[in-house]
Amino acid sequence: MPTGAEPLLPAAPLLQVRDLRTWFLTDSGPVRAVDGVSFDVHAGETLGIVGESGSGKSVCAKSIMRLLDEPARIVGGSILFKGRDLAHLDDEGIRAVRGREIAMVFQDPMTSLNPVLRIARQLIEAMTAHGRFTGPAARRRAIDLLRRMGVASADSAVNSFPHQFSGGMRQRVMLAMGFSNEPSLLIADEPTTALDVTIQAQILDLLRGLNRDLGTAVILISHDLGVIANICSRVLVMYAGEVVEEGAPEDLLTDPRHPYTWALLHAAPRIDAETEDRRLITIEGQPPDPRAWPSGCRFRARCPFAIEKCAEHPELLPVEAGRAARCWVTQEGGSLHTPERARAGGGAGVAAPVDPPAAVPILEVSGLQKHFPLAKETFFARQRVLRAVDGVDLQVLAGETVGLVGESGCGKSTLARLVTRLHEPTAGKIIFAGTDITHASQSTIRPLRRRMQMIFQDPYASLNPRMTIGEILAGPLILHGIAGDAAAARTRVAELLDLVGLPAQSVQRFPYEFSGGQRQRISIARALAVGPDFVVADEPISALDVNIQAQIINLMVDLQERLGLTYLFIAHDLAVVRHVCDRIAVLYLGKIMEVGPAASLFSRPLHPYTRTLISAAPVPDPRVERTRRHVPMKGEPPSALNPPSGCRFRTRCPIAEERCAREEPPLLEAAAGQRVACHFPGRLS
Amino acid sequence: MSDIALPAIASPRVRWLRRYGLASFGAAVILAWVLAAIFAPWLTRYDPNFVDVAMRLRPPSAGNWLGTDALGRDVATRVIYGARVSLTVGMVVVLVGALFGTLLGAVAAYARGWAEEGLMRLTDLVFCFPPIILAMAIAAALGIGTVNTVIAMLVVWWPKFARLSRSLVISQRSMEYVEAAQSIGFGPAHILLRQIIPNAVGPLIVLVTLDLGNAILVFAGLSFLGLGTVPPTPEWGSMVGEGRELVQQWWVATFPGLAILTVVMAFNFMGDGFRDWLDPHANRR
Repeated sequence: MPTGAEPLLPAAPLLQVRDLRTWFLTDSGPVRAVDGVSFDVHAGETLGIVGESGSGKSVCAKSIMRLLDEPARIVGGSILFKGRDLAHLDDEGIRAVRGREIAMVFQDPMTSLNPVLRIARQLIEAMTAHGRFTGPAARRRAIDLLRRMGVASADSAVNSFPHQFSGGMRQRVMLAMGFSNEPSLLIADEPTTALDVTIQAQILDLLRGLNRDLGTAVILISHDLGVIANICSRVLVMYAGEVVEEGAPEDLLTDPRHPYTWALLHAAPRIDAETEDRRLITIEGQPPDPRAWPSGCRFRARCPFAIEKCAEHPELLPVEAGRAARCWVTQEGGSLHTPERARAGGGAGVAAPVDPPAAVPILEVSGLQKHFPLAKETFFARQRVLRAVDGVDLQVLAGETVGLVGESGCGKSTLARLVTRLHEPTAGKIIFAGTDITHASQSTIRPLRRRMQMIFQDPYASLNPRMTIGEILAGPLILHGIAGDAAAARTRVAELLDLVGLPAQSVQRFPYEFSGGQRQRISIARALAVGPDFVVADEPISALDVNIQAQIINLMVDLQERLGLTYLFIAHDLAVVRHVCDRIAVLYLGKIMEVGPAASLFSRPLHPYTRTLISAAPVPDPRVERTRRHVPMKGEPPSALNPPSGCRFRTRCPIAEERCAREEPPLLEAAAGQRVACHFPGRLS
Repeated sequence: MSDIALPAIASPRVRWLRRYGLASFGAAVILAWVLAAIFAPWLTRYDPNFVDVAMRLRPPSAGNWLGTDALGRDVATRVIYGARVSLTVGMVVVLVGALFGTLLGAVAAYARGWAEEGLMRLTDLVFCFPPIILAMAIAAALGIGTVNTVIAMLVVWWPKFARLSRSLVISQRSMEYVEAAQSIGFGPAHILLRQIIPNAVGPLIVLVTLDLGNAILVFAGLSFLGLGTVPPTPEWGSMVGEGRELVQQWWVATFPGLAILTVVMAFNFMGDGFRDWLDPHANRR
């Protein structure tokens, strides 16, 4: 079965995947993770594969490399690569292909390098294993490769151990290893998902350059349409083990022809778009069970466009030159227009008349510091101090949403734990609702916890696995004496579940019976149980799929309107922050660089750090991407153990001058409501 | 799609047996010994301490299935009654030691600071001595007797549970659910006892099961050396001790020895089964 999009390239494709079926033969029947996938990759091409978790995109990549463990098995189809069928090659044959002709880079750079071996040895062994290089030549090449990947002082870095490198640096090492044998195909499985946005931009730049200079074909797997739009010349969208749409990113991302692509595109807020309504368009429900795919179109149950014919299983058929979709609705060539039913919130979606926030500060933080003393390296060594939060002033007014953004390690999570007093500050002052809680004991603060709650990042770790949902939600009610007796607690728990959109029967279930998104709803219900007016949300959506993210954002926005909540919203995704927040504070190495209203901060960032952060966030539209001005960010954030003198950002700042090393810029008002800590606000545009 | 040949999958029954067969065998053996200990008077018509010198050192026969010892007591009867002492002592030592050690280790890990440091040095101190030698020394100082030996064993027994529970609590205490409980306002006692410890019991149960056999073995060893029970109480270790010079009359030492062997092995099989059951990373076939 040929793919719908047969590009007009004369040469035979490098890789031809035909009707690939990879199933997990489990005790409870086969899990059809990849169920009839066909596509081509031509020499030098960049192919993107998108889809949510469980769509089969990673299993597909692993099938090509044959990196599958029992009970996973390729039960059908072929993978033709340079005349060989990888699906049926023996173990020795596939070993000669792996690393030599097809290389793979994985998501987690922290675990994909062997921690006890030096970088040099791992790189050299990757080359000598295939007999293409001998010792000294391989060593020289290892250093050259690291230099090409942008590793600073490669001669000495090659002798380091992986733990001495940051995540971004390790991913560069992984890329060096991937390219060391000059493969004709590189498979990158979510290579930037674990990285900060500025480092992600650097790695994507590098990947693009390598593809251009070395002519290596790339398969890039990602859940992020922005990343795909940035790099790929062709995109596959996977859903429920099948390819549902294929085409060039310019077409696919501006005029999607499969409702699932449409949903993916609309669920993620965009950094370049102004929106009146904070609710996002989401699709209902969950992906189907891979043990028993529905007989018709697999997206039908969630599809806002579904018609009667969708009861039949559609094929991937061409819809236009160079693109194909697996959909009956767009088969005649029409575009998808946002249907009334899916429009966010329907009629009620019109932003409810929110009272102008009464300018009463609910939280006031001044000069806040948190220093963690670290163990001494030797007995006589100086005590080292990690300055996680190092002098933060912040005000949160009742009823508003304040966003806190910054790269990992900038102190945003520590700040969240300081204002909720899970940590005790080293210095400074925290005033919550008129009470000084800076050094309040846990028993004095307990009554205030009714008004101040927290939502956590990891929905898998934040719920006690040994407690039922009922116990988890009733605990705070009983502790704070909100529910007088067991019956009252039960009633309130039922109300809470209803509030976050979970069925009432959830009470007796355990957390493992719920998906990530549902667990995050439980986590929200727990925070709301005591009826707080201030909620700190620490990256509440970063562990979730795009569509689930949108559902959780909508829920949080709804709850804010209904209950009059104030949010301190921590995230690393700038588009999300822009979308939900009234005001945003940008944190760098424990200090606030810029704070101001969301709209003006994004339209006119005054601090060079804000400017670079915004430009590093990818936009899921190749045409916009091409016209955006990218401000490259140099290097990686310095260590919070020893922050730079003067302005902390100066070591990575494109406009730093000698004065920045001497004087620390104060956080001053530079425009209406916008305060910046920079000697040259607005100079970098 | 139906033409794809799927490999035969082992039936659930076969897979269960492969995984838990030995463990359930172990559990059956333990259950048999426990029942034997409880219903000992109904299983045998002899009194374990009835001395009949005329019947001394008779080989196994229809009247005395496992023969008689140097004082003419029925070996089979004494082995069955011996299960009472051995199983009771094993369980008391391990359960009390586990409870005490677990609580101490958990509290120390959650408190951090000097409490944690102090506890760890104390366990180091106990670990400095070979356990059986230390137990011997303490038992000798306290005087011979079952209760004193149990106390001596407890002194050397709790530190391993304290160490394990400390490391388990350390890995749990940084989880977000603990922070969530703190931010709701729960106090440390509730968080430690109601939230953290239930998540740490799995590995502790495995250690308890594996350790029961070990405790029975150590107690038998102490009794063999003359420290455990006071004669004439039937006890496997002291029975082996009484028979050690009777080379011709092999049955006197062999059958209590076999009793120790079966119980210790059965507890080990059960412990391994628990470990497989509780370990999510175990290779599931």
